[in-house]
Amino acid sequence: MSSETKQILTTDGIPLEVSLKKAERKNKIKAFLLVAPLLLFLIITYVFPIGDMLFRSVDDKMVTQMLPKTFKAMENWDGQELPEEEVFAAFHEDFIKLVEDKREGKLSTQLNYTKNGFKSIIKKLRRKSKSFEEGNYKEQIMSVHKRWADVEYWRAIKRRAPEFTSQKYLKGMDMYVNEEGKIVSVEEDRRIHRVLWLRTLEIAFFVTVFCFLMAYPIAHLLATLPMKYSNLLMICVLLPFWTSLLVRTASWMILLQQQGIVNDFFVGIGLVADDNRPEMMYNKTGSYVAMTQILLPFMVLPLYSVMKTISPSLMRAGKSLGGTPFVAFWKVYFPLTIPGIGAGCLLVFILAIGYYITPALVGGASGTLISNQIAFHMKSTLDWSFASAMGLMLLSGVLVIYWLYNKLVGIDNIKLG
Amino acid sequence: MALPKYTEPHYRIWHYIYLTICGAVFFFLIAPLFVIFPLSFNAEEFLSFSDGMKRLDPDAFSLRWYKDMIYGTKNPWGLAAKNSFIIAIFATIGSVILGTVAALGLSSRHMPYKGLIMAVLISPMIVPLIISGVAIFFFMAKAGLAATHTGIVLAHIILGTPFVVITVTATLSGFDHSVTRAAASLGSDPVNTFMKITLPLILPGVISGGLFAFVTSFDEVVVVLFLAGLENTTIPIQMWTGLREQLSPTILAVATCLIILSTLILVTAELLRRRSERLRGINR
Repeated sequence: MSSETKQILTTDGIPLEVSLKKAERKNKIKAFLLVAPLLLFLIITYVFPIGDMLFRSVDDKMVTQMLPKTFKAMENWDGQELPEEEVFAAFHEDFIKLVEDKREGKLSTQLNYTKNGFKSIIKKLRRKSKSFEEGNYKEQIMSVHKRWADVEYWRAIKRRAPEFTSQKYLKGMDMYVNEEGKIVSVEEDRRIHRVLWLRTLEIAFFVTVFCFLMAYPIAHLLATLPMKYSNLLMICVLLPFWTSLLVRTASWMILLQQQGIVNDFFVGIGLVADDNRPEMMYNKTGSYVAMTQILLPFMVLPLYSVMKTISPSLMRAGKSLGGTPFVAFWKVYFPLTIPGIGAGCLLVFILAIGYYITPALVGGASGTLISNQIAFHMKSTLDWSFASAMGLMLLSGVLVIYWLYNKLVGIDNIKLG
Repeated sequence: MALPKYTEPHYRIWHYIYLTICGAVFFFLIAPLFVIFPLSFNAEEFLSFSDGMKRLDPDAFSLRWYKDMIYGTKNPWGLAAKNSFIIAIFATIGSVILGTVAALGLSSRHMPYKGLIMAVLISPMIVPLIISGVAIFFFMAKAGLAATHTGIVLAHIILGTPFVVITVTATLSGFDHSVTRAAASLGSDPVNTFMKITLPLILPGVISGGLFAFVTSFDEVVVVLFLAGLENTTIPIQMWTGLREQLSPTILAVATCLIILSTLILVTAELLRRRSERLRGINR
């Protein structure tokens, strides 16, 4: 029937539908143009650099570029027995070039990552290679050290042929590729990164739990008190929220030190002896206490904004229908606050899992988190590709949590202050 | 909160336990800030209360550390404060302009891929700072902007815009678009409409977003640690160095000043929030 109706035309004779679509498209472009400057700015300065991190973390061109001829010659080698003369000759050629550029040290460091024992034999090869005669490099190289005649070491070199590697990610989980090309874990006592990941999760989890247990009662009080009292008490939540993170960390350093006020208080009430003051800072306790206080406002605010919308008459109705106050709370009030709990917990957990400053200052060696390790590799060891790999592992964890947050609460529900 | 008269005794006890817990939590939240205040007036070089201070002896208090903060030789605080303010002001201006314009686009109902773009725009707020720091450092190093004020300002614009986008979008959600249509029908061009009609109405949101951006920049240390050279030192960097090496009471004097600053910001933000709620109330 619609096809039979006469097409509606605008005053300039264009069909209404076409004209409307045109206007829609114009509006779309207008809206997009407003967002474009910020979007472009962020893509160039922020999104691409994160992609750059991804590239750096898997990039392994260094050895590939140092031994181009060797890897070309190795293409046909099956890795079962010692390679043929042509591989040795190519390796010799590459190596002489590296010695000329004084880059053989870098090669030995890189190969040593793959297999221990390359450092000394490369040094030896450099010394002996000066007196090498032309031809039959296989015999000559093998006579430098018995490891050069060991097929294991040649396999280790071949493993560095690809331009990309997952080695940094494996290292972040304390794993590596062994001689047979299998992924295995490092020895028990050298698993430092797993300890750090677990500790980060543990601290983030318990800080979230502590924040929740402390925030719930005060958010409830703030939401139920008359305005004039609750506004005053709200300052106790908002002032720490607006105060510099470093100032708050500094105050905890003063409070928790061995001669500090908390310890003075414990001695004063006779809880601990004066000569036996406990160490409350530079360990996990320090991280827990300071992080809980610093992140508490992020839990209180979403809880408060949800509780504010719950009508008090619901609790009264619950009680009047025969529930005790506890039953009324548990069956009526608590379920209504779950969106707030979800928002607060995920917010605090995301913030805690990436915390850096506070653990670095009050955490000591046993209270530091994965972020501290990333900063250490960025600033001290300069192993930027490893720092990138660990950063991206942390980021993927956060994105999973964020995705959950979006599913459960929705990003649009983020509220500030 | 008074209990009704008919409350049974054991609920009464529960209620007082609940109030005590709340009191303890509020104390835990706010008390650490007040420790800094008296200690910054300590006449001695210790970070604990001296016997004189406990007796409230006037001689135990002094302005020594405040003088040291301002006049002390080789004192980095002057340069740091100057840098911090310059960086924070420019970063705030940049964040507010970019963020407000983007929020206007995002609030339009014609905006395509709204969810995806919103996610990108607020991502600097969700990604842990340490990762942002690494990524931004890689960019600034390539662009030759590491250890420059420009680099740090750009970095802080990245970190500050999400707050502006969120607060301004929230303000615009209660915005009555018929007023801009009315302005257009009376012959006003879009720029004029924005300046005369839209901006005054969303100003509380813009300013409170700007305050967030300012505080973010002023308090930011992780990214600056990667980017700053000796010339670009800021107050947070100096505090970080001081706290790592040696806790001197001068830091407490600085911290006291920062607490006063944050109190001022809190009061401003709170007044703006109420004004904004009032304005939105009129629209309803």
